Amino acid sequence: MENLGLIFALLGAACATLFAGIGSAYGVGIGGRAAAGVLSEKPELFGKVLIIQLLPGTQGIYGMLVAFITLSRIGILGGSADLTTGQGLLYFVACLPIAVVGLISAIFQGKTSVASIGMLAKRPDTFGKAMLLPAMVETYAILALLISLLSVFNL
Amino acid sequence: MAVKDMQKLYVYAWKSCGDALLELLRQKGTVQIRMGDPEDAFFKKTDTKALEADFSKKAADVSGALKILDQWAPEKTSVFDALKGKRELSPKAYERLADKEPHIALVARELKKYQQALDDIKATRLRIQMEQESLKPWMAADIPVHDQGTRYTALLFGTLPGAWDEAQVRQLLKDLSNGVEIEIIDQDPGQTCLVVLCLLKRQGQIEDALRKKGFVRAAFDFSETPSRHMEGLKESLETCDRQETEICSAIRRLWGERENLRFLEDYYTASAEKYKMLGQLLQSSHVIYLSGYTPKDGAEKLQQLLESRFNCVAQLEDIPVDEPVPVLLSNSAFAGPTQNVVESYGLPGRKEVDPTSIMAFFYYFFFGLMLSDAGYGILMVAGCFLFLKKYPKMPKGIKDMLTMFLYCGISTTFWGIMFGGYFGDVIPVVAQAFFHKEVTVPALWFAPLDDPMKLLVFSFLFGIIHLFAGLAIKGFLLIREKKYMDCLCEVVFWYMLLIGLILMLLPSDIFVSMAGKALVFPGWVVSLSQILAVVGAMGILFMAGRHRKNFGIRLALGAYELYGVTSWLSDVLSYSRLLALGIATGVIASVINTMGTMMGDGILGIIAFIVIFLLGHTLNLAINLLGAYVHTNRLQYVEFFGKFYEGDGEEFRPFSDASNKYIKVKEED
Repeated sequence: MENLGLIFALLGAACATLFAGIGSAYGVGIGGRAAAGVLSEKPELFGKVLIIQLLPGTQGIYGMLVAFITLSRIGILGGSADLTTGQGLLYFVACLPIAVVGLISAIFQGKTSVASIGMLAKRPDTFGKAMLLPAMVETYAILALLISLLSVFNL
Repeated sequence: MAVKDMQKLYVYAWKSCGDALLELLRQKGTVQIRMGDPEDAFFKKTDTKALEADFSKKAADVSGALKILDQWAPEKTSVFDALKGKRELSPKAYERLADKEPHIALVARELKKYQQALDDIKATRLRIQMEQESLKPWMAADIPVHDQGTRYTALLFGTLPGAWDEAQVRQLLKDLSNGVEIEIIDQDPGQTCLVVLCLLKRQGQIEDALRKKGFVRAAFDFSETPSRHMEGLKESLETCDRQETEICSAIRRLWGERENLRFLEDYYTASAEKYKMLGQLLQSSHVIYLSGYTPKDGAEKLQQLLESRFNCVAQLEDIPVDEPVPVLLSNSAFAGPTQNVVESYGLPGRKEVDPTSIMAFFYYFFFGLMLSDAGYGILMVAGCFLFLKKYPKMPKGIKDMLTMFLYCGISTTFWGIMFGGYFGDVIPVVAQAFFHKEVTVPALWFAPLDDPMKLLVFSFLFGIIHLFAGLAIKGFLLIREKKYMDCLCEVVFWYMLLIGLILMLLPSDIFVSMAGKALVFPGWVVSLSQILAVVGAMGILFMAGRHRKNFGIRLALGAYELYGVTSWLSDVLSYSRLLALGIATGVIASVINTMGTMMGDGILGIIAFIVIFLLGHTLNLAINLLGAYVHTNRLQYVEFFGKFYEGDGEEFRPFSDASNKYIKVKEED
């Protein structure tokens, strides 16, 4: 088990991609279902509805981002991949914020997006507000991303 | 740069010119007509609903005619047609077209007639095809179907359910079948068509026997042989086709009437709206009266125009400060494009200022900081510029949006150069992978990936400046209303507390670990910061509840207000998104570049790189544009507006031709 460090670091990168990605897939998925319903009645809202559907999609990208930086820092993408178990665990822990917060915030953001899409269907002129409500949820994903990024950078 | 001054406009006109007057106001689109003036003994509302409905129906009819034209004689369309804007007409050209109304209406009716004819043909064709289908089994019968037999014989055409052959039918008829001619014309599992020739006197018995098994006599509405009738049907179908072609070419000949029809639809819409408005206005037996709001800068010109052109009296009146007035914003070319952002939050109320011009600067600044890539910035600038040049008459909303993104693109380019981001790190990566050279693109300021903490500190700094600007506007508003005490308690004390706290925080360990260097203040700054913080905090504690007599409640309110320091903390922390989104753009871009070079430096590698580069950067730009847009809005709405802005103003909704789909009447100056 001399690779344990590397395994932990990879586990961190995998978690970041996995959970944030799962959250985003769920969020964009339920957003898309609501959007399809609205579009069947009001096809002219396509552009606006699409943007709101996409909002919970960013968590997946943040997760991928942290994973990629982790991979490049531990030398998987070229260079020597040699980590002690302690270092590997550190990378794993650094990936946790975006993995967990990404998963949960994307789900809640997706639900808020659904509500916003419903609001947009009734009052198409409130796009600015409808867009902002899901964006509020995303703040916490951004904070988690920031902490994960800063941790990985400074390890 | 601000809210436009409004004036009230009163117009009394002879009824005879009411129509033309409303038409002019609609074309100008600068007057919001006030509804709900009370009726009295002289001035009453008239019911114009019937006329309005009539014109609405006509407009819908013409719209239907245009659809017919689009269906059979389509015009070349492109996705960007919406950007072309409405066709502009001078008032004279408009009049000329209006005179042609009966002729164009005729065209619309003609189109409708054609559509009717086409529908009829379609129905006929369907009927013929069904008849052909039902005739098919009888094609083998070579006698005219009207034959009922001779003096002694009867001829029965009919069907039996299920498949039968002659022997089975004979078996069914048993001894009746002697001397009966049976011919199976067609047989399938569903039904059997047959002709039975028998003696007239046996007809009843035979038919009864057959009917027990479900025999039904076939009903034909023709008399020749089925095959001849089939030929006739074919001919009818051909006639249908011919007629359809004729009608279609007739419709296509009306291709040139499209613009006229479009005019007519808008003309009818305009009439319907005019009558709707007329129904809301007060009228005496001879005079029509309207009141409304109009921006002050064009008010006198409008007054003169109305009085010179119509038999009417127009008066202007200033509006008292405390009366609610519809709000119209007007801003410089720099700030104007972000007006939509303010409008979608809410328009400034009577006592507020228009925050657009101050917000615009921060808007472009933060947007650029979040996207921060010179390559993307230049793409945005070029794209927006091209569209703005190509479609100068595009609707105002889209134009503002594109101009806003143009400026945001400039800011993005600026920050990209500052941070050394050109499509991420494409230059060093390409140099390394394809030319095997070490190239570094220096950042003008610093590269955020090398020193993220530095950018984090600066993000907080920009945030504090943004928030302080918001607080300053609040102070300005309070001073403008001469509420000096409120200004002291709600603004000055907060400034003192926050500046004091910041100064106390700067030399602390936390900041040192973030910024990477220690700040040492001289002793007087330290004591000044303490004094500021304490005075500010005390001021807030004792003065926030100053309207309450009870000292206990007053202190409690003060303590609660002081707790608001946590919301300031979270507001400032919220600006960390500037760093996070900025880094996200750069890192995703470099992920794409790295992926692109993974196929080596051969021809295949170069092709793979180009494909991945194009796809990846398009995606990255789209995602990050969305992110930057959404989060810049959030910073303005929540953090900035939260400090001073209510946005409870009522929108200025002029009586205008905005509902026209195709035509805009424009006065040549």
